[in-house]
This record gives sequence, structure tokens and C-alpha cells, in this order.
Amino acid sequence: MWNYEKRLEFPVNIKNPNAKLAQVIISQFGGPDGELSASMRYISQRYSMPYREVAGLLTDIGTEELAHMEMVSAIVHQLTRNLSMEEIEKSGFATYYVDHTIGVWPTAAAGIPFNACEFQVKGDPVTDLTEDLAAEQKARSTYENILRLIDDPDVCEPIKFLRMREIVHFQRFGEALRMVQDRLDSRNFYAFNPAFDKCEDCCGN
Amino acid sequence: MGRKEQLLKDIGIVSFVVTELVLYLDTHPTDRNAMEYFNHYNNIRKQMTKEFSTNYYPLTLDMTECGKDWKWGAAPMPWEGACV
Repeated sequence: MWNYEKRLEFPVNIKNPNAKLAQVIISQFGGPDGELSASMRYISQRYSMPYREVAGLLTDIGTEELAHMEMVSAIVHQLTRNLSMEEIEKSGFATYYVDHTIGVWPTAAAGIPFNACEFQVKGDPVTDLTEDLAAEQKARSTYENILRLIDDPDVCEPIKFLRMREIVHFQRFGEALRMVQDRLDSRNFYAFNPAFDKCEDCCGN
Repeated sequence: MGRKEQLLKDIGIVSFVVTELVLYLDTHPTDRNAMEYFNHYNNIRKQMTKEFSTNYYPLTLDMTECGKDWKWGAAPMPWEGACV
């Protein structure tokens, strides 16, 4: 169950539309390292996370990612509202516009639509948390690539905020991986999959 | 900046502190200082969101008060840019 709060996690108030920028930033909505991937990854991984504290962290970070998805969508929406037909044609936005007008649809910058293969649920806590650590770093790199392309402070500020959150989530997932390993066999973390194998089957346990 | 905008901005700041503490406490559940910070800022957040909802519009459905008008649906959506 979720409750909705009618505000953004960080303010987004963009004065000047910029369709070129919107086409790049939309990747952090529906692209391979975007916020839709992030939220679905963590929320879906919870069910095979046998440790309640870590499942709780996946819930809380997954929930924050939903708020980030809303921020990225708000940025794309504000960058594309009030566009003239001339701006749409000149900026290369026509290929998006023809299918979605100025609605916000999850896609990568190069036009590849969002799909669930952009994240994984392996059903193994060490594997899944290791993916989560990589995912946060990939999103950080993407935000840094975006920051090199923009100079409008209205857009920079929320993007900088989102970049910082990737670093904090990476830190928390590192701690979560340690919490998982603390419960495993320190001589061999891979002796068994705690989300699948029964402990009596495991060597040394 | 009017009172409404200032209050919404402050709610954003204090809510961020709470979010950050939630994630920290998830992996440091026995840190008493963090727990005290959480209690302190979570209380401030509750007071501020209540003040906002009473005077302007409900931020969550829980904050909808008894009344004749459906204020939840008429409240601005956050991506409109009206929110600070």
C-alpha cells in the first residue's frame, strides 16, 4: 500500500522550455538507468529478501525512487509545455511528438522504449544488492552526463539533487550488503542462497 | 514569497531530513542520536503539514478534514510548477 503526498521531493520550476534537453533528460525516466527502472527494481526485489531490515530498506529506497521518477517527469513536462510547432520541428522533438504529443512516456534518450529487462530480480540477496549498487553508480554517471549538457540553473538544481541521492543510496545498499553477509558463512558467502536453499542442506551450517 | 509558498518550501526541507534519517536508521537501527533527530524532525514535519493542510489544501488524504467541499481533487498537482 502506498500513500501519495501532493508535492515534489525537491522543487521543479522551469521557466524556459527546451525540447532538446527534454529528449536527453527523459532517459532518467524510461532509460536503462532511469528512475522507473530503479523503483521497479527495488520494489520487486523485496519479496525474495529474507531479512526484514533489508526488505524495509528496499521499500524505502524504492519509494524514494518513485518520487524521483515524478521529479524527472515534472522536468520533462515543464521543458516541453508551451512549445511552438516551429520549436518542435527545429529541436528534433518531432519524432517523439508524433507518437506522444507532449505527454510524458517512458523511453531512453535514443528512443528505446522502457522495458523490464533494464533491471533484474535474481532472487539471491547478494546478487540483487550487488546489482543495486551498480545501478546507483550508473544513474550517478548519467546525471553527470546530463549536467555537462545543461546550463539552465532551473534544470541543474533538481538534477544535482537527484545525483546526490544516488550516492546516498549507494552507501545504504553497501551497508545492506554487509548486513546480509553478516548472516552468511564468513568463509564462503556463496555457500548457499538464503532466499532459496534450506539451511540444513548447507555445508558448515 | 508568500506564507503558503514559504511553508511548502520548509515542508520540503524538513521532509528531506526525515527521508534521509529513515534510510540511515534502516541500516543503523541502534543509533540513538539518529533516533532522537528523527523524532524531533518528524514532529516538526507533522506540525507543518497539518498547518499547511488546515490553511491551504491537504497534502495527503489523511489530512483531509470534514467539510462540504472536495479539496483534495482541486489542489494543484506538483508538476504544475505552482509548488515551490
